[in-house]
Amino acid sequence: MYQYDKYDQQMVDTRVAEFRDQVERRLAGELTEDQFKPLRLMNGLYLQLHAYMLRVAIPYGTLNGKQMRMLGHIARKYDRDYGHFTTRQNIQYNWIKLEDAPDILADLASVEMHAIQTSGNCIRNISSDQYAGAAADEIADPRPWAEILRQWSSFHPEFSYLPRKFKIAVIASDEDRAAMRLHDIGIQLVLKDGQLGAKFFVGGGMGRTPMIAPEIRDFVPADELISYAEACLRVYNRYGRRDNKYKARIKILVHELGQEEYTRQVEEEFAHMKKLGLNPPVEELARISEYFQDPAFIADASDELDLSDPDFNLWVDQNIVAHKQPGYAIATISLKPTSGIPGDASSAQIDLMADLAEQYSFDELRVTHSQNIVLPHVKKSDLYALWQKLDAAGLAPANLDLITDSIACPGLDYCSLANARSIPLAQKISERFADLGRQRELGELKLKISGCINACGHHHAGHIGILGVDRKGTENYQLLLGGSAAEDTSLAKITGPGFDEDGVIDAIETVTDLYLKERQEDERFIDTYRRVGMAAFKEAIYG
Amino acid sequence: MKILTGNDLKTGDVTWWTGSDWSRHVEDAVDVGDNFEAILQQEEAARHVNVPYAIDAEMTENGPRPAHIKDRVRALGPTVRPDLTLKPADPDAGNWVI
Amino acid sequence: MVEPIRFREDDVHEEPAVSLDAFLDQSNATSVRIEAGEDARLLLPLLDRLALIEIDFPAFGDGRGYSAAQILREAGYAGELRASGDVLVDQIAYMRRCGFDAFAPDAPIDPAVMQRALDRYEHVYQGTSDQHAPIWKLRHG
Repeated sequence: MYQYDKYDQQMVDTRVAEFRDQVERRLAGELTEDQFKPLRLMNGLYLQLHAYMLRVAIPYGTLNGKQMRMLGHIARKYDRDYGHFTTRQNIQYNWIKLEDAPDILADLASVEMHAIQTSGNCIRNISSDQYAGAAADEIADPRPWAEILRQWSSFHPEFSYLPRKFKIAVIASDEDRAAMRLHDIGIQLVLKDGQLGAKFFVGGGMGRTPMIAPEIRDFVPADELISYAEACLRVYNRYGRRDNKYKARIKILVHELGQEEYTRQVEEEFAHMKKLGLNPPVEELARISEYFQDPAFIADASDELDLSDPDFNLWVDQNIVAHKQPGYAIATISLKPTSGIPGDASSAQIDLMADLAEQYSFDELRVTHSQNIVLPHVKKSDLYALWQKLDAAGLAPANLDLITDSIACPGLDYCSLANARSIPLAQKISERFADLGRQRELGELKLKISGCINACGHHHAGHIGILGVDRKGTENYQLLLGGSAAEDTSLAKITGPGFDEDGVIDAIETVTDLYLKERQEDERFIDTYRRVGMAAFKEAIYG
Repeated sequence: MKILTGNDLKTGDVTWWTGSDWSRHVEDAVDVGDNFEAILQQEEAARHVNVPYAIDAEMTENGPRPAHIKDRVRALGPTVRPDLTLKPADPDAGNWVI
Repeated sequence: MVEPIRFREDDVHEEPAVSLDAFLDQSNATSVRIEAGEDARLLLPLLDRLALIEIDFPAFGDGRGYSAAQILREAGYAGELRASGDVLVDQIAYMRRCGFDAFAPDAPIDPAVMQRALDRYEHVYQGTSDQHAPIWKLRHG
């Protein structure tokens, strides 16, 4: 994986010094909260419901054991012994003290990490496919491109006070595991005449007004990537709406201008920007790509697996996916135990995952947008030993992509924007559907829960989505069906009137019962829903 | 009744106005009536509290109870982690929130 | 009145800035003021007439002026480019990188804090109109 050179290190070290200076001025009263807020947000520091919250960037979700261990150290030393992995492949800490924040950033910088631009109206952490570099179906590793974008977007002087936040994802396979088209810019690496380039989708997103990004260009060559991205951003920075926070994302601009007009403006800007010398030479992509070469796989590793342990067998069947290298596997560590808090991990669990990455996965881990951890390069002959250690630490739920592998935002338990709690709902659903046989019978079922309309829990993209709302001071939950964040991207629709907590879980059960009754052959829930349509599900729920 | 709340500038802790100082415990909050703007301004300017604001609450036998669930969650802590709330030993504390 | 900050050697241009509309209408004016949201590109055919362009920031979070400045500098404008309005000390370094070389902030700016901020980052990741060589260029010559 990528390693900082002296320049990268100097940038993050300088950022620590800068933020230390800013915090001192805030504590001394030289900065008002209004003035300090955008500065701390651009360092990932929020003032949340109970305390300051720090969001640490995990660029494209990739990190090594040493970095992971540092995340555990921060949880222990500065927080309350746990962290929360997020849908942006980052980690956040809920109980941070402002006076500690500069020291935390210094600790992060010591392992080539930072919290730069994990919040604020700027270009956020670049996300990617959690299986990058390991997936059997990718045409290239998307992460060198993501790293080019990370560096370009870091401290970008023109694009740090955008109308609203800006999220970019990069993938390199037809299967989309990163919700690419639900980003402000989604990039898919493609081949054209043997040359690798970027297909651009612009104007997707969730939030109040969910939209699927339309394709605006089918191919941008590597040595024009940055000027094309600059063009997309400049049109947005100039013309994105600033009169209404809820209409300020680029999706609204693309929608209001129309895809054609937005594209025309970008192309015009691009024609101008191409001449400005903004693009790193191809040697820079080559330099970065060197860091993403395959690890030293053993050429003749065996594909044989002893599956005589039934629990191990279930875990392998559910949580292991194909690796490009024979004899190896991609293993997902589910952070969704029954009754657990989706995405939370204790410092001891974080440390253990760091150890296991070093021992079994060439010192690499990934964070997924569904709030799980991946060990990307595990020798199949090591899987059983790995599983035993995970299982002993409560890290081996065999539920990847099943109904209990839910995404949930922090909700009203932690978030000052939330209208309802999300986590208790995820917990109760995991209890209602705790029987693994029942979950497996239901098959792939993406359940996504948001505690408010901002959609951090991706409810629009759930096969089943839940949106928490405030109804006259009490928590109320709307049910949505039919969304997908994968390559068959679709937006879920609300079934009808909302429910209380128990009511919405009953409704989910009604919906899944109908699916089991209606499904043909090996249809997934989403397939049956699309074939049968909303009306039948509505009828079953509301009569 | 109206009570005042905010966060401690340095630690981020949720705090409540006691009439003379800021306490972590909502039970210590006092009714400020309608004349709270001056207190908010003065206390924020002195950096005794960060982004303070007034909320509605009702007086109960156990002290003030914020009218809105969000402020009750702030007063107690996350309902999904009773061990991290201000009342880790009280199994019914979560019911006070809901 | 807050003392303006300048990073230019030439004399202060004394002529008051006219609005963009007024400038495009007449004009033999040599200084113009652009409001956030006005199209800086309208000035491009007339740049050689201008000695001062002032770009207003109605709120520090309104970043349109950064693009306006870049556009003017990319087109070769070499006169004074002044940021006015809600300009905060922690923004000046980014504004300098986008080509601003004068500042007329609403509220006073502590010169020591500003100097610390300007001196802080030795390198930059991306090319902008200030011609500071980006890190990738340092890596590859």
